[in-house]
Amino acid sequence: MPEKKLRILIAKPGLDGHDRGAKVVARALRDAGMEVIYTGLRQTPESIVETALQEDVDAIGLSILSGAHNYLFQKIIDLLKKEDAEDILVFGGGIIPEEDITYLKSLGVKKIFRPGTSTEKIITDVKEMIHKI
Amino acid sequence: MYPVEELVQKMISGNRRALGKLITLIENDPSSSAVIVPKIHNLTGNAYIIGITGPPGSGKSSIVDKLIFNYRNEGKKVGVVTIDPTSPFTGGALLGDRIRMQRHYTDEKVFIRSMSTRGSLGGLSEATANVIKLFDAFGKDVIIIETVGTGQIEVDIIKVADTVVLVSVPGMGDDVQTIKAGIMEIGDIFSVNKAETDGVEKCISEIRMMLELSEKNEVWIPPIIKTYGNKENGADDLYKAINNHYTYLIESGIYGKKRVFRGKNELLNIIQNLFMKNLYSFVSEDELEELAEKIANREKDPYMVIEELMPKLRKLYEVF
Repeated sequence: MPEKKLRILIAKPGLDGHDRGAKVVARALRDAGMEVIYTGLRQTPESIVETALQEDVDAIGLSILSGAHNYLFQKIIDLLKKEDAEDILVFGGGIIPEEDITYLKSLGVKKIFRPGTSTEKIITDVKEMIHKI
Repeated sequence: MYPVEELVQKMISGNRRALGKLITLIENDPSSSAVIVPKIHNLTGNAYIIGITGPPGSGKSSIVDKLIFNYRNEGKKVGVVTIDPTSPFTGGALLGDRIRMQRHYTDEKVFIRSMSTRGSLGGLSEATANVIKLFDAFGKDVIIIETVGTGQIEVDIIKVADTVVLVSVPGMGDDVQTIKAGIMEIGDIFSVNKAETDGVEKCISEIRMMLELSEKNEVWIPPIIKTYGNKENGADDLYKAINNHYTYLIESGIYGKKRVFRGKNELLNIIQNLFMKNLYSFVSEDELEELAEKIANREKDPYMVIEELMPKLRKLYEVF
C-alpha cells in the first residue's frame, strides 16, 4: 500500500550547545507518527541543507538559542533556493524576540515556536503546514 | 511532483535531490520499483556492499563513520543506509545514526540516508535492496548498510551484503550466547568494539571458540578484529580485513555466486508481492477479516478456511 510518511529534519545550527528543546520536539513529532532525523549539535547551514536533500525531508525545524537566528534562517533559505529545494518548509523555535518574527516570516520561514508552546500545538501546526502545499 | 522518468534521468546525471526523492518513492510505494528498477538495473552491479550489524549501542554508527573516512581517503564514493526501528505503536521513528557521521555531511561524495524499518522484522527495511540499487546506479563504489540494533535473528543483511561485519562489545553475556544459532553465524568478520574496555580478551576468545566449533569447512576463517569507535584510526584494521574478504570473494568465485543468490531472492520477493497484490482482487479485506474472526472464536480452524477459499485461490493461479 502506498503510504506517505512525514519526514522532518530537526537541526541545531550555530554554536549554542543546548539541545534539550530540539530533542523534546523530535520526540514529540516521532510520537505523532513522523520520521524524525536529528543532526546533532553545531551544524552549519551547508550541512543542514545537504542533510535535508539526502534525507528528502518535508520540513526542517531549526532550534536556535544563540541570537544568530536572522543570519542562520536567511542562509538556510538561500541555500535551499540554490538547490532548487524551496518546497522544503522551514520552521523554528528557541529564544527569538517577537520583533524578529515578522522579518523571519518575510524571508519565508513558515512558523516560529516560542518558549512555552505546547508540543501538541507544534505537531498540529507542522502537519498543517506540510499538508497545505 | 516530477515524473519518475525525469527523476531517474536527473539522478543518473548526478543530482542528489533526485536520488533522495527516488528513495522516498520506493520507501512509500514498493510498486514504484517496477517502474524505477528496469531503468537502472543495467547501471548497477559495480558497488561493493558492506553490512554492519550488531546489538544496540555496540558502536555500529561510529564504525561506519571510520570506514567512510578510510574509503574516502582511497578516493572511493560512498553511500550509506542506516536503519533505525519504527515504533510499533505510533509508526514514528527517530533516526539518529547520522549524528556519528557529522564530519562527512558536506562531503559531496558521501550520501547518507536514514531509514526506518516500517514493520520489517529482519533488521532492514523492505526498501533496502532497491535503495542499494539506486546508490549503485548513482555511481557509488562502496555502499555501507547499518542494520537496526540486532538481537538474535535479524539476519536479512546476508541477503544484500557482500561482506557482513558483526560488531560485538565485551560483557554481553556468557559464552553460551556465542554458540546459539542465528546472528553469530552470519559474520564474515567479527569486530570487537570498545576494545579499550575490560573483558575484551575474554570476548575474543569466546568468539574464537565459537568459530572453531563450527564445522563449516570453508577456506575463509572469519577474523576477529579489535575496533575503537572513539579513536581517530579506530577501524583501520577492520578496513583492511574487509579488503581481504573482498579479495577472497573474488578469487574464490563466491562474489559471483552471491550475486546470483541475490538475484534469486529478488525474484522470489517480486513473485510473493505479485501474489499478495492479486490476492486482494479475489478475496476482499472484509472477507479475510470475517474469516479471521471465525478462526479466533474457534468456529473454524485455519486449514478449513483455506479449503473454503480454494475456488478463489485457484482463480488467482489462472491470472499467471
